Amino acid sequence: MDAFLLQILNGLDKGSAYALIALGLTLIFGTLGVVNFAHGALFMIGAFCAVTLQKIFNISFETIDATQTDFLGNPLKVKTTYLEHWLGADLGGLIINWSVPLAILFAIPIMICFGFIMERGLIKHFYKRPHADQILVTFGLAIVLQEVVKYFYGANPIPTPAPDALNGVANIGALIGMDIIYPVWRIVYFFFACLIIAGVFAFLQFTTFGMVVRAGMADRETVGLLGINIDRRFTIMFGIAAAVAGLAGVMYTPINSPNYHMGMDFLVLSFVVVVVGGMGSLPGAVLAGFVLGILESFASMEWAINLIPGINQIIIYLVAIIILLVRPRGLMGRKGVMED
Amino acid sequence: MFGLEKRDTTLLLIVAILTLFAPFILNPFPTGSGLAQFNAGYPDLMQRFVIFGIFAIGFNILFGLTGYLSFGHAAFLGVGSYSAVWMFKLLSMNVLPAILLSVIISGLFALVIGYISLRRSGIYFSILTLAFAQMSFSLAYSVLTPITNGETGLQLTLDDPRILGASATADGSIPVTNLFGLEMRSTYQMAVGAWDFQFNIGYYLCALILLAAFYLSIRIFRSPFGMMLRAVKSNQQRMNYTGLNSKPYTLAAFVISGMYAGLAGGLMASMDPLAGAERMQWTASGEVVLMTILGGAGTLIGPVLGAGFIKYFENIFSKINDNVLHGWFSFLPDGLEDFVVFIVHPFIGKGWHLTLGILFMLVVIYLPGGLVEGGQRIHGWIRGNKRGDASQSKTNPAE
Repeated sequence: MDAFLLQILNGLDKGSAYALIALGLTLIFGTLGVVNFAHGALFMIGAFCAVTLQKIFNISFETIDATQTDFLGNPLKVKTTYLEHWLGADLGGLIINWSVPLAILFAIPIMICFGFIMERGLIKHFYKRPHADQILVTFGLAIVLQEVVKYFYGANPIPTPAPDALNGVANIGALIGMDIIYPVWRIVYFFFACLIIAGVFAFLQFTTFGMVVRAGMADRETVGLLGINIDRRFTIMFGIAAAVAGLAGVMYTPINSPNYHMGMDFLVLSFVVVVVGGMGSLPGAVLAGFVLGILESFASMEWAINLIPGINQIIIYLVAIIILLVRPRGLMGRKGVMED
Repeated sequence: MFGLEKRDTTLLLIVAILTLFAPFILNPFPTGSGLAQFNAGYPDLMQRFVIFGIFAIGFNILFGLTGYLSFGHAAFLGVGSYSAVWMFKLLSMNVLPAILLSVIISGLFALVIGYISLRRSGIYFSILTLAFAQMSFSLAYSVLTPITNGETGLQLTLDDPRILGASATADGSIPVTNLFGLEMRSTYQMAVGAWDFQFNIGYYLCALILLAAFYLSIRIFRSPFGMMLRAVKSNQQRMNYTGLNSKPYTLAAFVISGMYAGLAGGLMASMDPLAGAERMQWTASGEVVLMTILGGAGTLIGPVLGAGFIKYFENIFSKINDNVLHGWFSFLPDGLEDFVVFIVHPFIGKGWHLTLGILFMLVVIYLPGGLVEGGQRIHGWIRGNKRGDASQSKTNPAE
């Protein structure tokens, strides 16, 4: 039973990353009708926002501490970060320690701006082009972005730890009288993902802006005919989708140290999640993200591997193939959207 | 000639001359001169040109003619490599059975995957092929280790049976791949003045196969079958309404292009008998997409050009370093020289992929017909815009 619950937790945790990326991807597809292969790169850029902020916080100067010596007897050089110097060791250290959560605030404006530039500068010209062209140009963009990041940050993964307070493990089974030890940060990630997902849905459901966007998703032309500048709203939605992907990346950094090709690694999976959920369906993307995450963790249990060797590696693709063949629309796809 | 129109015959002859005289053409700079690093006339690189040329020609038969964008073609290349290496391990070091087997196995593999994937079109087809390729990749890495040797990659060993050949040579080393005794790696060096030309048997085998593959692709492009595939691309729905079942045609195209990929994989293993799972990764499939688009999808010569272009610049660009750059720009004033080198630096050496990505984006945005369209446009300008429009080679995938 413990193992069962643990796998569900694992699944929810993996699924929350899938769901967040797929949500952004679906937002872009549902609003602009663009298949964005650069979405993985947006996720990666989000992660590197966290890395950048950590680096900024750690900018330091060296002083020579005469009271201490190193093993050669020379006076020890001590590095002090400017933050600690200005704000005192306690507050400065705390801020440095919490750089990953703080990177959320840093990443949101950057990702939104990035999304605007990308949409206005590139994607805009591809609305009328076939999907294959959109795939190709965004694939090219993904290569460029990842190479730029590689140029500035190098090819090695950069460790970005979570704050000490959230870095350990917790026995979350204690509440229900069981023994389930789980890393705290992953639980934080799960709740964070739920919060973002809820936020996006609330924004679309309960604001006038969201209502217009939903109307535009259903029938862009009619909304345009009513005198609403739907293009501008869709551009904003692109920015929001980029921000969602970026935030997923920021929060993912403590789980996996970011490197420049993490976007490509996630891209294939997130596309699979989107088509399983149904192109253009936001609830479908979230549902499929969690379902596939849970399926993947169950498939990596011992009995499953004994039953079908290698199932843990391929379960997601297998499920995707079956779903695509028996349910052309995906789990919750709308009728008439990319059905062919 | 060979049942081709005059234009196609010329094209075939050009390709034949280019490939057969490649050791000369790709080696224009004397050995030891400052420009010698731009020479590409060494066997390893020339083999890669033609092998990826074959791969791209095959991909183009699917994507260029039917518009189905497959993101999983590297899987067939990988399967071809594995089967060729197994043939070397079990039967003999002769490349002929190995190449035949790799073509057959990858054809069968393509038949299965194509049969399933072609039930959908457009983006779903791309995702399906992607899913299959990633599945084969993960399996090759993990569970299929007895067949694929996992991360290490499949290699020849001294205790392989090799029924028709020897497990080991007289001096106790692993025998080399050959074609009825002609060793693939044997190279004839010809020194003419300051030049040093290399003629490699393996390269010429690949080149002959490339010519055959190219000829076959011309025949396919010009045949009623090719016409049918183009009809599928321009409007599949209309084809269906006329009561025609287009599936057998697209499936045939898929299998043919899978067999081309397998052939490329088999040749790759014949030149260097090892096979690894990383050849099957989806980014490897992406590379052949890049080649085909860059050269010009749907044109005959485009994929070969694209493959040669990417492989050449990949090798040459990645060799240029800052010292070379300083050498080039030494005529500039000092500060300006450093500045220019600083600007160019990210695009060369290890940053070659950045150049490739930018180039690829520019091609997709401004030149959907690839290098071929670019050539046609330049041709048009020179001729006074008489034949300027190159709309013929535009790609319109089936949606």
